[in-house]
Amino acid sequence: MLPLTGTIALDTVRSVATPEGVELDLRLAGPVGRACAWLVDLFLRMTGLLVLWLVLIPLGQLGIGVWLIFLFLVEWLYPVAFEIWAGGATPGKKLLGLRVVNDDGTPVSRWASVTRNLLRAVDFLPALYGVGLIAMLLNRDFKRMGDLVAGTVVIYVEPTRPPSAIPEAPPLAPRTPLTLEEARAVLEFAERVATLTPERAEELAGIPSRLTGTEDGALARRRLLQLANHVIGRRQP
Amino acid sequence: MKQQSFEALHAAEWGAFEHWLQGRKSTYPERGATGALPEAEVPQRYRRICQHLALARDRGYGADIVDRLHRLAVGGYHALYAERIPSRSALAAFVASKFPAIVRRERKIVALSALLFFGPLAGMIALLHYFPDLVYYFIAPERLSAIESMYDPAAERLGRTPEADSAFYMFGVYIWNNIRIAFQTFAGGLLFGVGTLFFLLFNGLFIGVIAGHLTHAGYAETFWSFVSGHSALELTGIMLAGAAGLKLGTALIAPGRLTRTQALITAARDGAGLIYGAAGMLLAAAFVEAFWSPLTEFAPTVKYLVGVAGWICVIAYLALAGRARGS
Repeated sequence: MLPLTGTIALDTVRSVATPEGVELDLRLAGPVGRACAWLVDLFLRMTGLLVLWLVLIPLGQLGIGVWLIFLFLVEWLYPVAFEIWAGGATPGKKLLGLRVVNDDGTPVSRWASVTRNLLRAVDFLPALYGVGLIAMLLNRDFKRMGDLVAGTVVIYVEPTRPPSAIPEAPPLAPRTPLTLEEARAVLEFAERVATLTPERAEELAGIPSRLTGTEDGALARRRLLQLANHVIGRRQP
Repeated sequence: MKQQSFEALHAAEWGAFEHWLQGRKSTYPERGATGALPEAEVPQRYRRICQHLALARDRGYGADIVDRLHRLAVGGYHALYAERIPSRSALAAFVASKFPAIVRRERKIVALSALLFFGPLAGMIALLHYFPDLVYYFIAPERLSAIESMYDPAAERLGRTPEADSAFYMFGVYIWNNIRIAFQTFAGGLLFGVGTLFFLLFNGLFIGVIAGHLTHAGYAETFWSFVSGHSALELTGIMLAGAAGLKLGTALIAPGRLTRTQALITAARDGAGLIYGAAGMLLAAAFVEAFWSPLTEFAPTVKYLVGVAGWICVIAYLALAGRARGS
């Protein structure tokens, strides 16, 4: 829903306009989700390094040399590799449904991924991403310093959800034409009615009495479903 | 058009596009799975999805159908507007011409970085020549004797502590430590350049102090024959990482006509090449430092010559490689 003119939407959805002339919505991820993803990654990295250590230690100094090279790679290039070659998300991010994209919504570019991950060195200061957290709280897009410099954002990947069928009911034309917003609200109600308890559904249905012409919950619910059937264009069976 | 007829009319088209997107995502696409949609047709199909999305929103269709089209549009957008995967020759081209060209383009900031790094380095060597006791202002005596033992003329291998006597082990240490320093030097630029400044000056001073002290204290031959081989690659690498960091710093301090964020993004994008190059040089330096520099089988004169040749090569590479013929 559009914010009233002159106000700022208190929302984490950002729209990017594509060259095709449609707006795509990016749902920005905040500090908590990203911290969880980081913890998952930390766990994976530590486990990996520990296993490698146990495997390589019998090789003596040669083994430690190899391990140090892996330590370097895991410390600095682990996020870069996953962001570039695995759809913009480390395993931790993938688990939490996050991914990194450029500001314009395109998959993160290589230089941006390298930059944002090298700059973790600054975001991590003074401990546990202190600078990064403050930076995230100070801008509208939850960007840590690395994201600001690289021009990237972390967003939620939209989960695929099964289509919810609108329950069938004999269609009923509204007494006055519905506005777009009203039609959308009626449809959303009808799409979600199966997930609501009957009491809640009736309580909600009682609100738009101008559309249903009744205060009675059960009747209003039936009318809303009938309106929804009319809006999507179902025919009288 | 009502929602239901719209959906019925285009469902097959959306299904095909959805199928194509899924086939793209899976690591092992089934043979022929993506064949349902010829690749050449994808941009056109994607534009139609976008058109349908705009229509569905405009006509106030239900969230189900709008969200589905939105998901398809996002998938198509990601598929069509992703950065191209670089070919193998792109890496060769970067090494052969692009990287030196970037260094030359950024020569002002590179010169500043060189001054901040090599200035204190040379200064301390000169200073310690006349006032040898100054070294104790910088390094504790115990630490100093540990460093001295690494360059003991009697040692079979140079540059190593007694408990770390394996070329490959040192290779790991050099990679982990030196490239990390380069990355930190770059990242420090984000603190208004102060971090970069600190790392450049600190490393310059420290290297200068050790070099000056060891020269004076009778380890000149072992020390210089050890460091000469890798010095060109290593010091230049750190200096170039510093230049990339200084770029970030100057973008913050003097963004010019851009906003600070825009200036930072521009500086980072232009400076990214410096960081790739610096990391590559330090990787090469670690190799030389681990496998060539410690050898005592070669006379110091040979190693000095290799060192000088290294400097000439690095400077010639950065100054000349990739210039168009006749320019």
